[in-house]
Amino acid sequence: MTFEDIRAAAINEWDSLEKSDQVRIYLGSATCGRAAGAKTISDELEEELQKRNISAVITQVGCIGSCYLEPLVDITKPGKPRISYGNMTPKKMVELVDDYIVNDNPRPDLALGSIGEGSVEGITDFFQTPMLKSQVRIILRNCGFIDPEKINHYIARGGYSGLVRTLTMTPDQVIEELKKSGLRGRGGAGFPTGQKWEFCQRAPGNEKYIICNADEGDPGAFMNRSLLEGDPHSVLEGMVIGSHAIGASQGYIYCRAEYPLAIERLKIATDQMRKYGFLGKNIMGTGHNFEIVIKEGAGAFVCGEETALMASIEGKRGMPRPRPPFPAIAGLWGKPTNINNVETWAAAAVIMQRGWEWYSQFGTEKSKGTKTFALVGKIERTGLIEVPLGMTLRSIIYDIGGGVLDGKEFKAAQTGGPSGGCLPQSNLDSPVDYESLAAAGSIMGSGGMIVMDENTCPVDIARYFISFTQGESCGKCVPCRLGTRQMQKILQRICNGNGEQGDIEKLQKIGETVKTGSLCGLGQTAPNPVLTTIRYFRDDYEAHIHDKKCPSLTCKDLIRFYILPDKCQACLICLRNCPAEAILGGKRMIHVIDQDKCTKCGTCFDVCPKKFDAVVRVTGEKLDVPDEPVPMLAGKA
Amino acid sequence: METLNLSIDGKEVKAKQGSTVLAAALDNEIYIPSLCFHPHLSATGGCRLCVVEIEGYKDYVPSCTISATDSMVVRTSTPQLLQLRREALNPILSQHPCACLMCWRQKKCGPDDICLRNVAVTDRCVTCPRNYNCELQQVVCHVNKNDVKIEYSYRNLPIDDSNPFFARDLNRCILCGRCSRVCNEIRGIGAVNVYNWGGDSLNGPFGSKPIFDTNCISCGACVSSCPVGALYFKDSPKAETETKTTCTYCGVGCGLVLGTRENKVINVYPDKESEVNKGYLCVKGHFAIKEMVHHPDRLTVPLINCGGQFSPVNLDEALNIVASRLRNYRSDEVAVISSSKCTNEDNYVAQKFARVVLGTNNVDNCARL
Repeated sequence: MTFEDIRAAAINEWDSLEKSDQVRIYLGSATCGRAAGAKTISDELEEELQKRNISAVITQVGCIGSCYLEPLVDITKPGKPRISYGNMTPKKMVELVDDYIVNDNPRPDLALGSIGEGSVEGITDFFQTPMLKSQVRIILRNCGFIDPEKINHYIARGGYSGLVRTLTMTPDQVIEELKKSGLRGRGGAGFPTGQKWEFCQRAPGNEKYIICNADEGDPGAFMNRSLLEGDPHSVLEGMVIGSHAIGASQGYIYCRAEYPLAIERLKIATDQMRKYGFLGKNIMGTGHNFEIVIKEGAGAFVCGEETALMASIEGKRGMPRPRPPFPAIAGLWGKPTNINNVETWAAAAVIMQRGWEWYSQFGTEKSKGTKTFALVGKIERTGLIEVPLGMTLRSIIYDIGGGVLDGKEFKAAQTGGPSGGCLPQSNLDSPVDYESLAAAGSIMGSGGMIVMDENTCPVDIARYFISFTQGESCGKCVPCRLGTRQMQKILQRICNGNGEQGDIEKLQKIGETVKTGSLCGLGQTAPNPVLTTIRYFRDDYEAHIHDKKCPSLTCKDLIRFYILPDKCQACLICLRNCPAEAILGGKRMIHVIDQDKCTKCGTCFDVCPKKFDAVVRVTGEKLDVPDEPVPMLAGKA
Repeated sequence: METLNLSIDGKEVKAKQGSTVLAAALDNEIYIPSLCFHPHLSATGGCRLCVVEIEGYKDYVPSCTISATDSMVVRTSTPQLLQLRREALNPILSQHPCACLMCWRQKKCGPDDICLRNVAVTDRCVTCPRNYNCELQQVVCHVNKNDVKIEYSYRNLPIDDSNPFFARDLNRCILCGRCSRVCNEIRGIGAVNVYNWGGDSLNGPFGSKPIFDTNCISCGACVSSCPVGALYFKDSPKAETETKTTCTYCGVGCGLVLGTRENKVINVYPDKESEVNKGYLCVKGHFAIKEMVHHPDRLTVPLINCGGQFSPVNLDEALNIVASRLRNYRSDEVAVISSSKCTNEDNYVAQKFARVVLGTNNVDNCARL
């Protein structure tokens, strides 16, 4: 079967779905959707449809990126655009089946937006909603639209045309095309991909390997997972393209075992590719052989580092080794190896499909193309986004993310996960590209972006990230193994209110040693959160050390909770909810917190009715409140 | 083989093709401090002490992993490097007892003296088997580290003394990884490896089992490779004289050093200069010789079995008896077993005697572990 036949059949299948005269229902069933309850929604839906004897096509799709709206359900009725509904519950699902599928009322009150041609009254275009409006979805173009377990859906939307084009070109031409596109590694370091491929291609040796790094370990990052779950073929196509350009006959996907759905979908996808002749011996009749092995990682953060990852594939403990020799010369099993991130492989496929001219129109002069980010933290609209490089942090956080949660003040954004830096308000207008982030002391990383509000303490954040990297250090080199531990101890001391004069300087000194002295990227970037928070939030550190205050009211040892006697209405709510039984009081008795018993969990602060606002959090001061419950003053409610 | 010319600290030196910068420096008597480097083992670049400055390189690089190239310009002791080393040592000393490093009485104290620095017994220099023979002390001395206040805390890890010949006190371990590499790369046993993560990483058997419950062959190579006092031989009294000799346990001919006192063998060490074994011994050679030499059951004269009783005879008499009895058997009824404690020449004569005089091919030797 030629590719033209395959494509014709695929388009046929896709059209018969898209233009079918049945109701089509798309369920967001990536891990994020499933976690939010997509399975119960889907069960409910099937039951309701069966009850009413309606036949509908239900398609499980990947994540469209609006994680805060999960579970998502899209419904398309023949001749109408697709309408998205978010935050679904089984109850809402039943309502929708009754109102829209049976009675043709699209329920604009529940709808998020419409997708595709045509419009429905009262419902805006989903891609014109603030979250999606300024995004450019290239890598994620198929996520949420196609069934990731159907190769024909991918082919019908232009998939594998890049591979077909690649196979007509010489490896040098492919590499030249990538170089022109300006694609840089999406794993974080931003090394030009074309150049990287060229090193490996030119390296002497008959046997070469390529690896897809899907060991996404940053806390709060899920770009690779969503892509592999929503559109695995785009990554696999990129890898086959790379194998042709580099001359590799064996590829590995190193995916963490915590991503069972991604691994399952990759396995399905590779089987389908073999059936169509995109993988295996004599690919598409060109004589090129290439196989892919999916290797499950056991979850060590350091295995995201390329040399540690290769050691892990070889069956050793995941520990990095010094470079040179670089993997392009001696990598996996000592053979020339090219390793790229999931997103880089997917971008390579797009570039070969649409050409370098098209791809390089996005982004800035030095950072071309788009980048996906996992936008999380104290932000209104969390989710997976894709923007052209060079967009400002402000537009990402405020336009796409909708600003800080609950209208609070923006404090900082952590880019690049635990190895990145904390960027303050003053950096909001700087563009997000490799150079600008590096200049600000942070890194692009693989795309985690954690937004923090005024109640996030930068010292506490630094402590959290350094304890993460400390615990994930492989133990091989001294600065990373023990330097980070010393930093963690000092930060812990500061957060506990035992900071000493000179601690900041000590942290900076150790931080610089760890940065310059460590063996691999994990250690070299581990002090970044500490160094950037010292750089941008030195006042917070000094308040912790000298005044024993936590200005963000986060560090438990530096804050106290009080009940204001003139505001307390003796409603007993906080008293009943306190898990430590630290609140004394009774009916018509002003409540008092026993400071010795208080664990500072903040429950009383959260449960005190807003209209009373009687519980306060203070730092560094003692409020003059009664020690024992006192009767309420006469005249109060 | 091509010779490389490079400059290290302004000195023009020659190095063999393929050697590392560190090896080139050490060959030319330029000392670069290191802890994880061992000439027989793969380089890991873990201790970060051998960092050097090489012209054309952006960062400081560990000299143990960088191959020397022609006309390379290397600097090993710029003030920045010394500073970096001093700071890289800091974390090590936060986990390794370090009072000995700054004490002038290091060499003077006896085991029962009151410690001048009020150091806990577990951390005292006099309790460390490698005191004043310690690579960490040597490195600290080289980088002249006496200026930084170290926050040391005892890790309180249990001492593993399950093995009859050596003990492992990981409270002194600096995780250079030499023991696990020697066990994996030289011995091919893999009884010791790195386990745990981050600051809790340790070298030891999988699941922190006692070493005796693993596939450890008790060769003691890990102990010999330890730069500090974390691994130590249990029974190693100080010898009066040391004599180089060859192990008699088998035909390999490993070189060893016998430590003797009052004409008795009291300890045995592998001879690092021996071309045969390059500083490694098996469990028999390492730990059994001193027991064997002075054992009361050891045979020193021939014995004749007369009616269930062994009685000593002289050698000529014994040979006469053997010769007379051998005549009573056909050649295929006789076997000759010789000892690997004999010389190669003796063994050669024994098999020649068996084949030519007795006419049998039933020949064997005990040369195996």
